[in-house]
Amino acid sequence: MISRVAASTGFRYPPLRLAVALAVAALTAVPLLYVLATAIAVGPAGVVELLWRPRVADLLRNTVVLVLLGTSACMVVGIGAAWLVERTTLPGRPVWTGLMAAPLAVPAFVNSVGWYSVLPRFDGLSAAVTVTTLSYYPLVYLPVAAALRGIDPAFEELSRSLGVGPWRTFARVVLPQVRPALLGGALLVGLHLLAEFGALQALRFDTFTTAIYDQFQSTFNGAGATMLAGVLVVLCLVLLAGEAWAVGHVRISRIGSGAVRPAAPQRLGAGTVPAAGALALLAVLALGVPLGCLASWLVTSTSVAFPLVELTSTTAASLGLGILGALATSALALPVAWLAVRRRSTLTTVIERVTYVGNSLPGIVVALALITAGIRFVPALYQTTAMLITAYAVLFMPRAMVSLRATLAQIPPDLDDVARSLGVGPADVLARVTVPLMARGVGTGAALVFLAVVTELTSTLLLAPIGTQTLATRFWSESSALHYGAAAPYALLMIVLSAPGAYLLTRRSRQAVS
Amino acid sequence: MTPGLRVVGLRRSYGTTPVLNGLDLDVPTGALTAVVGPSGCGKTTLLRLVAGFDRPQAGTVTIGGRAVTGPGLLVPPERRRIGYVTQDGNLFPHLTVAGNITFGLPRRMRRARHRVDELLELVGLEPAYADRRPDALSGGQQQRVALARALAPGPDLVLLDEPFSSLDAGLRASTRHAVVDALAASGTTTVLVTHDQAEALSSADRLAVMRDGVIVQEGRPVDLYHRPTDRGVAAFLGEVVDLPAGFASGSAPTPRGALRNGTASIAVRPEQVVLTDAADADVSAEVLQIDFFGAYTEVRLRAPGGIVLTARCPGHLAPAVGDRVGVLLTGSPL
Repeated sequence: MISRVAASTGFRYPPLRLAVALAVAALTAVPLLYVLATAIAVGPAGVVELLWRPRVADLLRNTVVLVLLGTSACMVVGIGAAWLVERTTLPGRPVWTGLMAAPLAVPAFVNSVGWYSVLPRFDGLSAAVTVTTLSYYPLVYLPVAAALRGIDPAFEELSRSLGVGPWRTFARVVLPQVRPALLGGALLVGLHLLAEFGALQALRFDTFTTAIYDQFQSTFNGAGATMLAGVLVVLCLVLLAGEAWAVGHVRISRIGSGAVRPAAPQRLGAGTVPAAGALALLAVLALGVPLGCLASWLVTSTSVAFPLVELTSTTAASLGLGILGALATSALALPVAWLAVRRRSTLTTVIERVTYVGNSLPGIVVALALITAGIRFVPALYQTTAMLITAYAVLFMPRAMVSLRATLAQIPPDLDDVARSLGVGPADVLARVTVPLMARGVGTGAALVFLAVVTELTSTLLLAPIGTQTLATRFWSESSALHYGAAAPYALLMIVLSAPGAYLLTRRSRQAVS
Repeated sequence: MTPGLRVVGLRRSYGTTPVLNGLDLDVPTGALTAVVGPSGCGKTTLLRLVAGFDRPQAGTVTIGGRAVTGPGLLVPPERRRIGYVTQDGNLFPHLTVAGNITFGLPRRMRRARHRVDELLELVGLEPAYADRRPDALSGGQQQRVALARALAPGPDLVLLDEPFSSLDAGLRASTRHAVVDALAASGTTTVLVTHDQAEALSSADRLAVMRDGVIVQEGRPVDLYHRPTDRGVAAFLGEVVDLPAGFASGSAPTPRGALRNGTASIAVRPEQVVLTDAADADVSAEVLQIDFFGAYTEVRLRAPGGIVLTARCPGHLAPAVGDRVGVLLTGSPL
């Protein structure tokens, strides 16, 4: 890309945008810096003393085993479902497309509470792997389905013409081409599993995240919790590095492809019924169980209640936080995305990448870091809505960033030049040309942040101002007390609020192909 | 001798749109047969049915004497011993050039990079290309590798689907020569599908003109160019000059029977209309317009009786607008 120098100012980077972008990058780096600073303050001997315990070894084993098994299971389920839906003669493709992605609208902690209420004895590792797989396989399904749609079917035909049968063609031609999408999805699953709190707590399976939460509740802000967070951060970095390494080893040449025909679907024949049965079973387990539980709680539970005032106030709190979080995150992401696309350089790339770090860190680490840094440097912010919104921005910045980047890249920079030639200043160009053209992308990004905020539990529990109850925290407290009937309306409202965002996510991955 | 490829009565329609209407085609073993026709006449459908990517509603396909498509029979593509080259080459983007070429070979041969250098040489590329990635190749080089990949398993039949149409003019000629030479050297029966009649005329041993889902004429390129069965074939293979003809007496033999009395139209190629200032000219005509193309010039002429015709003459011998020139018809009409 050609670097452009802003004509009127003479600066390569517009100073205001650069300043904001640097501040955003600094903010998103706070959690990492906090863990590092604590480790340095405690000293090597202290770190060893805090971490070298059988309890930590148990947590490490639990966490690693959960990530390995859960991620593998999500990959198998995600690929299988994506292939059946996208590349076979299975009838009812539009229905399956919606059903397979729908679990995204049901937060994992709602799903696990549902499972727990049906099968109270189903807990520990097997339950944790099963339930998190049912909640998170769409993170693999969506990108792999999009990648499958994007592969020119000529490749498979060529492979067949060269004497390679259908199964080996899948392994040698299709899989390598969907590998980046598959690995990207697997990374997301892994990070979600490392960060998962509610679902695992409900199923009584301890990982670093649940242990940090417990420790924080008992010994507010102790170095012990922070050092556990440090191990969690290291695990996140290992995952990130592992994915980067694996993707780096796949080289997919970009060569111009002509008009891509829709693929001729694989005939299932006698396999149609078992295949449809498998997908239906998946939908029942991932969607039917939690939704069925909610319905049965509403109908049969003795604790069922519709306290209108509280339902309204928690819905308003979730909506308000969601909207504020979406607006703040999009506004902070905009200058970073603009610099990364329009003034591409090592500096702007580093700034952009740093803003992804927060999203890779568990909510609990971010919350802990913001609490500590907040108390230390801006005590007035502690237990305020502003602090909570800041945490959301750090956690969900990439969701806005990805959409903003994509739309920005599609707007020809020539339009900026044309506007400038008509006597419009750079700030006005941003407001009058760039932002209006980006409306769709901004909207999508904001909707995705909104979805994430509405279903966020961990940092909301830790950071919400006293007295602020969201749908998620209220569901959590009621269901923890086994008041399922009282919890159900909150979960339903949460699903209603997050469904449009989940739908957008599905549609965006459809468009990602073109 | 059994033909390399025999297609009998092939029918295929998509929805209510018929694409192939009982198409017959014989391709001699070891020869390159070009199937030409306007865009959308069903050429690619024909190739896909021969390759086994799609099933016809009726008809049979026999490759090297072995039936592969017929009533109740559909041999899958991987067991047809064919090679297939697409318009874009479609090199596997996750493999190197060597990985692409050896794709269709058993694992042991893939490891040993069996015949990679030899095949690269056959298509006119240096052995050093073996470790390149597809995106490090030009479009023409990609097509050459695609052909090497198709030839590597030693197919009985190679199918080329518009393999040069995405290349620019300069690359197209050199790539075409490299591909045709490689195919000739390997002696593989080949079907080339193209809408470019010049490409078909210059590179094929046999030519089959396709229209409305059937082959309307098949034969040597030179015969088809000079003896087309109808005006459509004539016009598709090159430019045509129509001349009104009158019969004072006698008759003229035509493919549709003898023409007696009355008036008719005959057709010649523009290069058969020769400009001359010699006395043996058939008629004299006035130059209306000149289109200079470099190597040749197209001259529009008005002959007596208001007949307008086009002549093609060498670039350096072009007359000027308004000149009167003599016109001589050479050869025989189409």
